[in-house]
Amino acid sequence: MKAFLMHSDRDFDPQEKLPAKAEALVQDLELGTLFSAMAQDDKFLYEVAKTAVLCGMDDPGAIRYRQDILQDCLRNPGVVRDMYRIAVEAVEGEKKHYFGLLNKYPSWVLSRSLDVLRMFAGMLRKLRDTADEHGGDFASEGFRTLFAMLDRELTDEYFAHIQEHLRDLKFPEGVLISAALGQGNKGAEYVLRAPPDAERHDNMRWLKRLFAPKKDAYTIVIHERDEAGARALSDLKNRGINLVANALAQANDHILSFFTMLRTELAFYVGCLNLHRLLAPLGEPVCFPAPLAPGERRHSFAGLYDVCLALTMAERVVGNDFAGDGKDLVIITGANQGGKSTFLRSIGLAQLMMQSGMFAPAESFRAAVCDGLFTHYKREEDAAMNSGKLDEELGRMSGIVDHLRANSLVLFNESFAATNEREGAEIARQIVCALLEQGVKVFFVTHLYEFAHGMYTQKMANAIFLLAERQPDGDRTFKLFPGEPLQTSFGDDLYNKIFREDAHGNT
Amino acid sequence: MSFYSILFTSETDYPKAETREEPAFFTDLNLDQIVGAVTAGREEYDLKPFFFMPLHDTAAIIYRQEIMRDLENADLCGRIKAFGQRMRAMREHIAQADKLRYEHQKERWFLDAVAIYCDAVDSLAGDLAGAAVESPGFLALNEYMLDYTRSTGYTSLRTATKKLQAELAAVRYSLLVKDNTIRVRRYEPGVDYSAVVEERFANFKQGAAKNYLVRYCEYPDMNHIEAAILELVAKLHPELFSSLEQYCAANVDYLDRTIARFDREVQFYTAYLEQVARLRRAGLKFCYPQICTADKEIYDNEGFDMALAHKLSTEHSPIVGNDFYLQGRERIFVVTGPNQGGKTTFARTFGQLHYLASLGLPVPGREARLFLFDRLFTHFEREEDIANLHGKLQDELVRIRGILGQATADSIIIINEIFTSTTLGDAVLLGKRIMEKIIALDSLGVCVTFIDELATLGEKTVSVASTVVPGNPAERTYKIVRRPADGLAHAISVAEKYRLTYGCLKERMRT
Repeated sequence: MKAFLMHSDRDFDPQEKLPAKAEALVQDLELGTLFSAMAQDDKFLYEVAKTAVLCGMDDPGAIRYRQDILQDCLRNPGVVRDMYRIAVEAVEGEKKHYFGLLNKYPSWVLSRSLDVLRMFAGMLRKLRDTADEHGGDFASEGFRTLFAMLDRELTDEYFAHIQEHLRDLKFPEGVLISAALGQGNKGAEYVLRAPPDAERHDNMRWLKRLFAPKKDAYTIVIHERDEAGARALSDLKNRGINLVANALAQANDHILSFFTMLRTELAFYVGCLNLHRLLAPLGEPVCFPAPLAPGERRHSFAGLYDVCLALTMAERVVGNDFAGDGKDLVIITGANQGGKSTFLRSIGLAQLMMQSGMFAPAESFRAAVCDGLFTHYKREEDAAMNSGKLDEELGRMSGIVDHLRANSLVLFNESFAATNEREGAEIARQIVCALLEQGVKVFFVTHLYEFAHGMYTQKMANAIFLLAERQPDGDRTFKLFPGEPLQTSFGDDLYNKIFREDAHGNT
Repeated sequence: MSFYSILFTSETDYPKAETREEPAFFTDLNLDQIVGAVTAGREEYDLKPFFFMPLHDTAAIIYRQEIMRDLENADLCGRIKAFGQRMRAMREHIAQADKLRYEHQKERWFLDAVAIYCDAVDSLAGDLAGAAVESPGFLALNEYMLDYTRSTGYTSLRTATKKLQAELAAVRYSLLVKDNTIRVRRYEPGVDYSAVVEERFANFKQGAAKNYLVRYCEYPDMNHIEAAILELVAKLHPELFSSLEQYCAANVDYLDRTIARFDREVQFYTAYLEQVARLRRAGLKFCYPQICTADKEIYDNEGFDMALAHKLSTEHSPIVGNDFYLQGRERIFVVTGPNQGGKTTFARTFGQLHYLASLGLPVPGREARLFLFDRLFTHFEREEDIANLHGKLQDELVRIRGILGQATADSIIIINEIFTSTTLGDAVLLGKRIMEKIIALDSLGVCVTFIDELATLGEKTVSVASTVVPGNPAERTYKIVRRPADGLAHAISVAEKYRLTYGCLKERMRT
């Protein structure tokens, strides 16, 4: 039995190896804020959110499979959270039955397994009851398949059989074992026997028939003071139930892994519900993005905002519109604190959220999936050591290049500024041109005028240039619009603003 | 030709008693290390005596060389090893049977031991019949095995063994354990309950599962309850258990002596070949030496010290081989040159090669021609009693007189650093006298010395020297080459070793 709520054909792997350079993505896009919002202080939810978001999918169909399930969740948040609670209770409940040091006796393994099985049976029944009661409210392929499976597999008859095992495995009539002669004629191949199918329902009569006094049957009675004999007898019994104890313990493990998987896969959607619950009061829009096949050069959206910024500020933030269909290179220049970095981060966040099957923080969003998302940001902490900084930057770049493929997406933020402008521009130019030729898509926030302007004069059809907007009075709107790169980044605006405030303060 | 031993050509040549004591020169030549490494893990075969008995007859050496060549075929060697493993398992079963208490158990272990023996014998006979062996030793063994496996004694043993095994394997019984009773009876079918449970929960199955089977240590012995159960199982199958008892009584002497002897002796070859294979993997070469008796024109190309090679190959360090030859009336290598340059190693190599050749074994080197000696003597400097210099000199002279008293023209004498405990003048004088005696004997030998004068005592001595890398006298090549002795390289490199050259002193005194 499989939950299949994350993929239509396989389990979600919460331990999946994160893609290369995922650490940098988390840092540069401030993904921790997103994960925390989804987790709401639950470590398990955090880990699942992190893996799901970072290990996105590149098949639009697979993305839509999750989107449909998420839409069901948004419609039935209570039912989904109930199912999640059942799964958590089953998984946590199993842990309460300690193995301790007693698992060297099959009788203890069996006894523990019977306790766990009794608990699991209860949880499975709750799950099936939920499916019976609310299944009709769900429309997605994923949920419908899950509910149909629960209905099919967990019948009343199935639960009756479990009860039967819970009773029989206490062996009220004694333990019947078959054996053969092993090495040195020692007893071996101990197998616990049950009545053949035909006599299954009259267990007792079968045993009585088998063990009615006969001349070719012999009985050993262990004297009550024969302690070694009593140990040998219990040893023999333990060997007899060894296999069945193992089978039952393994069955429990399989049921546990079903609950674990159900819990893990639902955790992602619970995370999405948590995030949705935070964004709704801010009045921030969300939409289900339209994922397109990789290689389709489409990228356009309306009202895209930086979800992490909105969460941190706990208020509605400025959204941007963008029509980037057919573009491979987006160069963003303009005013300091004009929203360039925020814009770049929102691009990355939306891409990751889309590819993990989440809603997007926008009014509308449509983009081709990318084959690997990478960030190359200026690292502030190295600012003091200028000589080593370019080395560090180029080394990091080289590390990214190791993993780049066609249709990868790279977000550069003020890269290669650790040297003088001419050299930095030349490095940037060479790198960007090479990446473009390899089919890599590039967003580049830069103050390197020579670079930005140089690219602009080439009049490339697949490049677009965005400017951080600046009102004539020097105020910022945090909106970006297309335009020729400007030579100044309006640093003096900022300077003036700060020093004017100073001047005001002093008077 | 009837087969007797894989190590000796015939029953008449078979040693009357085995030498337990290693030859006097073993430690000096590090042969004890070589034999130790070769026989490690095979203690139960007690192989060392075979390594303590050199052969003195070319035909006996060739008998072994040819067997060894057959065994270089990896397939045959593997099959012989498999035979050895079966025989070992058989012995373990017999030992187990002896240790146990209950008769039904002892009998079954014995039965299984014989079954393993039959399997070993049949496989060996089949393997030999199918193998392209060429050595007289293996050809004779092949014939012996054919005769043996066709003998009625053996075939009826095999038939009886298999029949009993099959019947015992088919025995099934049921046990009902309830409260303090166990009921034993013939088996009646019922379904496997664990399979029922597995099937019931198959719908949850996800890949491999953790194993919860409790592992029971299967001690061979039984407790009294198990024994009581077995007794009842025997009562349920009375004919079977009584024929098992009769079988054991009738077949006490099932083991063929010649096959048992072969099992032990062939280990001499396989053990050595394993060591050879290890060193070959490190890029070293082994060859079958020509054995000369009439002349002393010996040589070996790319020879090496097998004990040192064993040590270096485990450390993955490179091993330097050396070429040497004697021609015409040349008899003695006089080795001089820088310390740590491989002089002692050269002397040991010379001794090892000859000794290993005399055991009929392949020796280190690409190709070799070696002398069949009658006795081998070594005189290596001893550490004892440094306080009493006169005592040491005297002791040395006594030991050398002993050697010279026993050595003949067919002997090999290896001397490593002689008379280091006296004045240079004395050492030169005494050294010359000893050398002259050896020259007069016409023995073969190696003399490692710091006394250059010994290198020029006439046509019978060959001066060889350890060498240094040109331009860097502190670095050794471990190559020993023919060339006249010059004290210079020696002095400089010793000075360098102690950092006392001009350059070294300048550097040291600057700080």
